[in-house]
Amino acid sequence: MLALELFRSIPRYAAAKAMAGRMPGLLVGPMAPLRLVTREEPAVRRPGWARVKPRLSGICGSDLGAVTGSTSLYFSSLVSMPFVPGHEVVGELAEDCEDLPRGTRVVIDPVLACAARQTEPCDSCRAGRTNLCDHITVGHVSPGLQTGFCRDTGGGWGEVLVAHRSQLHVVPDDLDDERAVLVEPLACAVQLARRAQVPDGGSVLVSGAGAVGLFAVLALRQLTNAARITVIAKHRGQADLARAFGATDVAQPDEAMRAVRRTTRALRVAPQDLPGPMSRFTGGEGGMLLGGVDVGIDAVGSTSSLDTVLRSTKAGGRVVLSGMPQTADLSPAWFRELEVAGTYASTGDAFEVALGLAREAPLDGVVGGRYALHRWREALDHAHSAGRLGTVKVCFDVRSRA
Amino acid sequence: MSRPGFVLEVDDRTPPLVVQEGEGFRLEEFPRGTRVVYPPESLPAIRDIDGAIRRALLNPVGREPLPELLFAGMRLTIAFDDVSLPLPPMVKPDIRQRIIEQVLTMAAEAGVDDVEIVSANALHRRLTPAELKDIVGERVFRSFFPQGALYNHDAEDHSNLLQVGQTDRGEDVEINRRAAESDLLVYVNINIVAMDGGHKSVPIGLASYKSLRHHHNSHTMVHSRSFMDHTKSAMHASAWRMGRLLADHLKIFTVETTLDNNVFPSTYSFLMKREWEWGVREQAGMLAARRGLALAPKGLRHNIYQGIRAPYGITGITAGETEAVHEITVAKVHQQQMVEVQGQSDVMVLGVPYLGPYNVNAPMNPILAACMGLGYYFNSYVGQPVVRKGGAVILYHPVEEDFSQLHHPSYVDFYEEVLTTSTDPSVIEAKFEQQYATDPWYIHLYRTSYAYHGVHPFYMWYWIAHALDHCGDIVWVGANRRAVERMGFRAASSLADALEMVSGTVGRSPSMTYLHNPPHLLAHVR
Repeated sequence: MLALELFRSIPRYAAAKAMAGRMPGLLVGPMAPLRLVTREEPAVRRPGWARVKPRLSGICGSDLGAVTGSTSLYFSSLVSMPFVPGHEVVGELAEDCEDLPRGTRVVIDPVLACAARQTEPCDSCRAGRTNLCDHITVGHVSPGLQTGFCRDTGGGWGEVLVAHRSQLHVVPDDLDDERAVLVEPLACAVQLARRAQVPDGGSVLVSGAGAVGLFAVLALRQLTNAARITVIAKHRGQADLARAFGATDVAQPDEAMRAVRRTTRALRVAPQDLPGPMSRFTGGEGGMLLGGVDVGIDAVGSTSSLDTVLRSTKAGGRVVLSGMPQTADLSPAWFRELEVAGTYASTGDAFEVALGLAREAPLDGVVGGRYALHRWREALDHAHSAGRLGTVKVCFDVRSRA
Repeated sequence: MSRPGFVLEVDDRTPPLVVQEGEGFRLEEFPRGTRVVYPPESLPAIRDIDGAIRRALLNPVGREPLPELLFAGMRLTIAFDDVSLPLPPMVKPDIRQRIIEQVLTMAAEAGVDDVEIVSANALHRRLTPAELKDIVGERVFRSFFPQGALYNHDAEDHSNLLQVGQTDRGEDVEINRRAAESDLLVYVNINIVAMDGGHKSVPIGLASYKSLRHHHNSHTMVHSRSFMDHTKSAMHASAWRMGRLLADHLKIFTVETTLDNNVFPSTYSFLMKREWEWGVREQAGMLAARRGLALAPKGLRHNIYQGIRAPYGITGITAGETEAVHEITVAKVHQQQMVEVQGQSDVMVLGVPYLGPYNVNAPMNPILAACMGLGYYFNSYVGQPVVRKGGAVILYHPVEEDFSQLHHPSYVDFYEEVLTTSTDPSVIEAKFEQQYATDPWYIHLYRTSYAYHGVHPFYMWYWIAHALDHCGDIVWVGANRRAVERMGFRAASSLADALEMVSGTVGRSPSMTYLHNPPHLLAHVR
């Protein structure tokens, strides 16, 4: 089968790590630790598993992170190389899988938890929090936190992957592929909205208006009684979508703290009498807020985004890390007694809720690019510049040969 | 003998004319037939200013001489117009200093020792100590400032405000408590244009938001025809009602002064002379200024302009009862600035200069540029507007998105949040004014830093409400397109382009009038 394979290459990893910020073009060129290969289809070795033929497979920020070497080494023991990336998948069963007949259209919950690994349930899985499974490196499947990071299962960027029945969610007939491929990131957004624990009438700051941030807005509007949702959006298209998805205010990154201050009527504090270059060590021009939002969400995973969120959340408020976080000054977390919470993947009925969102939300046009596998360089390039190009989600059209 | 203002009709012999545009100017060739309104030349100035002040204080109109109002043990408060007047700031010594010094001398002779001096800055930013010193002079500053007896009015210090009453229209009159509880309030004004002074001084300069909101609102502003004629201005009518109520409770001794038209120092004398009369000196001055400004980096250009001090001559000093004084003052202002203009035109052209009342020592941000052009200059008429109803206004200014974070923090938010939602003054007022007026951070900065009050940008926008209501088209030449569009206007690269753009409103051969100011002029449109 044809698949894109992420392989271990220390020189390429190092080069990507060093150059990604300055020359992103290299990542889709000769320096990428990714290749289009013909390889064996992943095998079904145990009952409960079946082959799935992906139809559309999204490119997620974490996929780009893996390609560009920006993912933390923390995850290196949680993947098995080489692997086929792709965990945002809508596909069809290539064979019967327990109660599901061949040909059923499915989306995949990518977490490879105890049920899929057919181990004794860990404490997390027993408690129904499968996204926090402790057995993601054991069992009969190679280590891998998700489908798309595991050598044995394949991933959405290949023509065939294998999935366990516990991972499969049937796609209703009235939901087209372009909406269905968004179900997995929408499920993550549902998880995020629940983890955010927004108080009734509370205020929320969502830093970032890529797919993660925009879907977070959608889920927050659907699942919480937030009064004000302020979104930091870099590009005009993102700002328009944020408003369409339910944001009350949208601000540019350099205006973010000012916008939050305005909507929450907080006081802003900035260091006085420091020479210009020093200001970057103290939070730049923005300084910090005394007061601020009830809940701050970092949906970018950059130092500046997390800094902004930490400095804009009110004392005793909650900061949610949705993007894969970078280092930041945690002084506000200590000084303002912030609750810092992570949100990863999804669990419980999040996929059912996400299927509902995918059907009802104004998501037409959200998939802004479909590429055949052999056009992977263009696809990654597009995904890398999605915000600037007015695109929310770029996908591989796995069956396409065009 | 100074020459009166006049209206020139552009013909083939007319040279290019100076048009102000922010921190720079251009020479513009206007189409034939364009009317150009020139202000009168400066009136003869008073030579013995100190003598004139003394005479005014001893021979007031409608009130006893000042010494008769002063007695030992009394509470005396002296309030004065803040840094927003005059424009540009005047060469030292400031006329307010000279008046305050004489008032203090008389007070000392009468044995008055409870004296406080207040800058009547209303919701304007506080004056820095240096600015206070520039206005009241070194001697007064050193005697009063360290003791806390020379200070800025604080419209958010509720313990130092007093609700004096309500007018018969239900308008709250709340002013500075010290002033309201004084035995005598002496108000020292500079009446640079006809809208200043009178009951606009105490009821506005020493008021709070609670009081100001009754006349500083979109409805009142759109029904002021114009601000330069207090008998036709709804805003002034409200201030007059408040002033009369105050006069029943408080003894006010008003001192008003008028200035001539010497707004530029000799280096820039060409800007005050009619272009066809320029001699070698003016030509050289113009070329040097033009070339120098073109080469100067932005910061230096800003400093050069902000450093301009006007060698104003004083044309009138009148003291006494507020309304009686103001009648004389307005007549003097009219004598200095009024120009007869026969009929309206389809297009009005305005050059917006670098300075307005609210950007002394700060850049003129887009909202202030709009206010200067469409608030002050557009309204610089009596009778009827220079441009016909539904006509077009063409303004010159770069309209850069350049804000002073120190002085105008709420302007930035107004620009980013409010103007992106609506540019309709009444919509803005209903949706946002309260939020900004009561924002604790803006209040904090107004009280402790040097920031205009949170509601101030709203007032600037209300100032232009009449122009927005009256004009069919507003185009800015040489302006930042994004900033202009944000405010609901259009940008053109040249006068020809601007005329092309407004041709849909006024046709291809519109009548045009260019108001050639500064110096200040007041068009009396018949």
